[in-house]
Amino acid sequence: MPDLLLELRSEEIPARMQRRAADDLRKLVTDALVERGFLYDGAKAFATPRRLALHVAGLPARGKDVREERKGPRVGAPEAAVQGFLKSAGLASLDQATIVSDPKKGESYVAIIERPGRDTLDVLAEILPQIIRSFPWPKSMRWGQASAQPGSLRWVRPLQSIVATFGPETETPDVVPFGVDGIAAGTTTYGHRFLAPDAIEVRRFDDYVAALERAKVVLDADRRKDIILHDARDLAFARGLELVEDEGLLEEVAGLVEWPVVLLGTFDPAFLDIPAEAIRATIKANQKCFVLREPGAERLAPAFILTSNLVASDGGLAITAGNERVVRARLSDAKFFWETDKAIRLEDRLPKLDSIVFHEKLGTQGERVERIAALARELAPLVGADADLAERAARLAKADLVTEMVGEFPELQGLMGRKYAALQGEHPSVAAAIEDHYKPVGPSDRVPTDPVAVAVALADKLDTLAGFWSIDEKPTGSKDPYALRRAALGVIRLSLEREIRLPLSDAVLPSAFDALPAGRRVVAIDFSAGMEQLEAELMALPPDTDLFANPLVIDLLAFFADRLKVYLRDKGARHDLIDAVFALPGQDDLLMVVRRVEALGKFLETDDGRNLLAGYKRAANILRIEEKKDGRSYEAAPDAALAARGEPEERALSEALVTARAAASAAVEREDFASAMQALSTLRAPVDAFFEKVTVNAEDPALRENRLALLNALRAATREVADFSKIEG
Amino acid sequence: MSSALPLSSAVDLAPYTSFQGLILTLQRFWAAQGCVILQPYDMEVGAGTFHPATTLRALGPKPWKAAYVQPSRRPKDGRYGENPNRLQHYYQFQVILKPNPPNLQELYLASLDAIGVDLKLHDIRFVEDDWESPTLGAWGLGWECWCDGMEVSQFTYFQQVAGVECSPVAGELTYGLERLAMYVQGVENVYDLNFNGGTGDDKVTYGDVFLQSEQEYSRHNFEAADTAMLFRQFTDAEKACRTYLDAGAPETESGRHRMAQPAYDQCIKASHVFNLLDARGVISVTERQSYILRVRELAKACGAAYLKTAGGGAA
Repeated sequence: MPDLLLELRSEEIPARMQRRAADDLRKLVTDALVERGFLYDGAKAFATPRRLALHVAGLPARGKDVREERKGPRVGAPEAAVQGFLKSAGLASLDQATIVSDPKKGESYVAIIERPGRDTLDVLAEILPQIIRSFPWPKSMRWGQASAQPGSLRWVRPLQSIVATFGPETETPDVVPFGVDGIAAGTTTYGHRFLAPDAIEVRRFDDYVAALERAKVVLDADRRKDIILHDARDLAFARGLELVEDEGLLEEVAGLVEWPVVLLGTFDPAFLDIPAEAIRATIKANQKCFVLREPGAERLAPAFILTSNLVASDGGLAITAGNERVVRARLSDAKFFWETDKAIRLEDRLPKLDSIVFHEKLGTQGERVERIAALARELAPLVGADADLAERAARLAKADLVTEMVGEFPELQGLMGRKYAALQGEHPSVAAAIEDHYKPVGPSDRVPTDPVAVAVALADKLDTLAGFWSIDEKPTGSKDPYALRRAALGVIRLSLEREIRLPLSDAVLPSAFDALPAGRRVVAIDFSAGMEQLEAELMALPPDTDLFANPLVIDLLAFFADRLKVYLRDKGARHDLIDAVFALPGQDDLLMVVRRVEALGKFLETDDGRNLLAGYKRAANILRIEEKKDGRSYEAAPDAALAARGEPEERALSEALVTARAAASAAVEREDFASAMQALSTLRAPVDAFFEKVTVNAEDPALRENRLALLNALRAATREVADFSKIEG
Repeated sequence: MSSALPLSSAVDLAPYTSFQGLILTLQRFWAAQGCVILQPYDMEVGAGTFHPATTLRALGPKPWKAAYVQPSRRPKDGRYGENPNRLQHYYQFQVILKPNPPNLQELYLASLDAIGVDLKLHDIRFVEDDWESPTLGAWGLGWECWCDGMEVSQFTYFQQVAGVECSPVAGELTYGLERLAMYVQGVENVYDLNFNGGTGDDKVTYGDVFLQSEQEYSRHNFEAADTAMLFRQFTDAEKACRTYLDAGAPETESGRHRMAQPAYDQCIKASHVFNLLDARGVISVTERQSYILRVRELAKACGAAYLKTAGGGAA
């Protein structure tokens, strides 16, 4: 079976785009082939800085023949119908049609159209230029003389040549006959820019890879990565050092070379005074080099690994010396930043924050720091932190944003602040909080443990959320430019993993909103919608909502509930249990909600729990039907005396309900959800017995009413822990 | 009397022994490629790109090849002569080829060879760096060119200039001359560069030529530049640019514009004045954007006017 070899050689492709481009090329070509009925055995694409290549193995030489029957009019049909048939089937006369007879419909014409399969070569010649012309580069350009004309070819950088061959292993393959903007497909390519400047002729994939290898090009990016990684480890090992591995950097570096040559450079150990993270940041970001460390230690070694693209005639001495020079200059800059920064205390930097706008409508960073400091102080007792330390940490938390080092390497924010704080003798908790107050960033990041850090981390996130809520910049769909979902998740994880009680709607959120710049707060309820709408909105609020609470608080709380659901669902919790708990009024304490969901889940795994749920469902069904029939509800408390006169099971349930509900309520009051569930579980036997022995729809209307009231009491008792109607199963 | 003065044997004009030797070598190299060798534009600019030989000539269909040195001013980069790598006034060597020839990368590499960078010894790399000038309404794709890990040039294929799609595209090369000279001379501090190739008493360093002016201009840029005057100059330049554009506007629908370049001078002026105000720290973050937009509007208007001139390819 024949193979396709395609190479698109260009000027240097940005490293970050190479892998994706290779994938796109493979997908576009194979999809286009499959769409036209051409199946293949396998396809693999490759990228280097100067080429994309594709190998599609096991294609047929020709497409399948297609035989199509087209039904025509019956024999003797009007002339117009016959002419229409001939035209649509592409026949010259009826002689070319076949006549078929059908016992019911009689004789009619059929055109048999046979189309021979097309040569794959021709199909490729049609597909490939289209794909090249519409290739989905993230950014593309025009160039050269051709760019004087509209509609000229766009590519990521100027496209220099195309190799496209197709044929079986045993024969000389054909060149796929096509061209794009004057670049004709052929069999000529070039190897390494400096190490093998002569043209090379290629025929098919196997000799292509070998020819490139001889011309000092490693086609496969993963092989280049392997070479770099192993050579780097070996070089480090030979010096008694360890490579600080970095997958992102490795991927990028492999996209900057066709023939990786790994070298080791050194720098003056005096630079090791600079924080290791800053050394790593500058060597990585600016020089694309790896750093090294002493084996088994955190401490960096005064050396780095560079990956050149050249087997130099002096063995790499000049290249190493040149890179060492640049690294020296970079580290001198970093050292200068570090020394300059140390000379100014963090608190003396605060006035600078006053001139940095955080958000046009939310004031400056300086104002924000004041808000976070006040909120951190208020939160301190809730998280068990010292209020003075929390306030201090919050006040200094953003000061490193105006240091030279963070200005140069924004990814070091927080970390540098901690270092400068430690150096100026801040309390260790304060220093740690400056770094950790950004955490957790996302679902897998570390959650701070020190209560001071927890207080500032919460304050920072709550201020962000309240701020953007107050100016109505909420996340919508996939858009969340201020990462508010992440901030809410941070609050959730802090609260749950550090077991912190946050009375969000009662205290925490109102404080956060109240601190915002005056006159910029927005009421979520739309007064212009008219009284009727307003009234409906107010009525829809849970019955024990404080109507004077800021509607923004209610809205933001709903956002938290939503994010908590997502979080718990990711953790495998049943969404119906979460809904069952959130359906209760006043659920504003994330920790308590989760505890309740957990207890409920455990309870429902027991026999008692399952049966009680079944009993509840039965009771609710009967109630729903009877309430509908009677056009009234049975919410009055059951009459114990009346129950005592009925069946013994009725009396037993009546008594059990009173006890269980009181016990469950008391347990919930103590936040002992397991005991609350336990209390409810005592209802299982009386409920089962009641349904077995007692007819709800008794003849005696008074008895019937009281029995319905008993069922309602069961419903009410379960509501002490959750809204069972939301539970599935 | 002999007309030929004796050459001083102490002067060496090899590109790797003197700053001016480097410049002369690059000029000869690009002259041999058919470039017009221009002199610096006689106005203060932030980069060689601002020279009308690049900005305006990149517009329209006419072929154009030029190379020149352009003193460039970045008021904010002043370091009072105390930083070995940063200057508020430095030299760029600029090459513009329209349309870009298909072998522009090879030509660039040959120019490195010409100034003494041995391509068998040094690791040259083209690392993604997309260029954008918000003030000029211009962007292009290309690379920063690395020599052993050091950025020595910018290589850009102009896609848009003054808000106009380039057709055809021009290739632009910008060599950072001081940095390149430091590399080929093996010098760590810019002020130690040998400027004239002399030795002993005949040697003139970059510091001899520029250290005092770096100190003085740093003082001026950060401490003294008269901001009230500069604000006035910005407004004046903006107004003058519009006035000249109006005054030179074509008299008929298909007529030519007659004053595109004087108007563009005022755009350059506004841009430099803005840079000075920025260095003085008197422009807030939000105002900054609006000043940049104002300059861009001027650049776009000048570009549109230039397209209506003979140079811009108007019929």
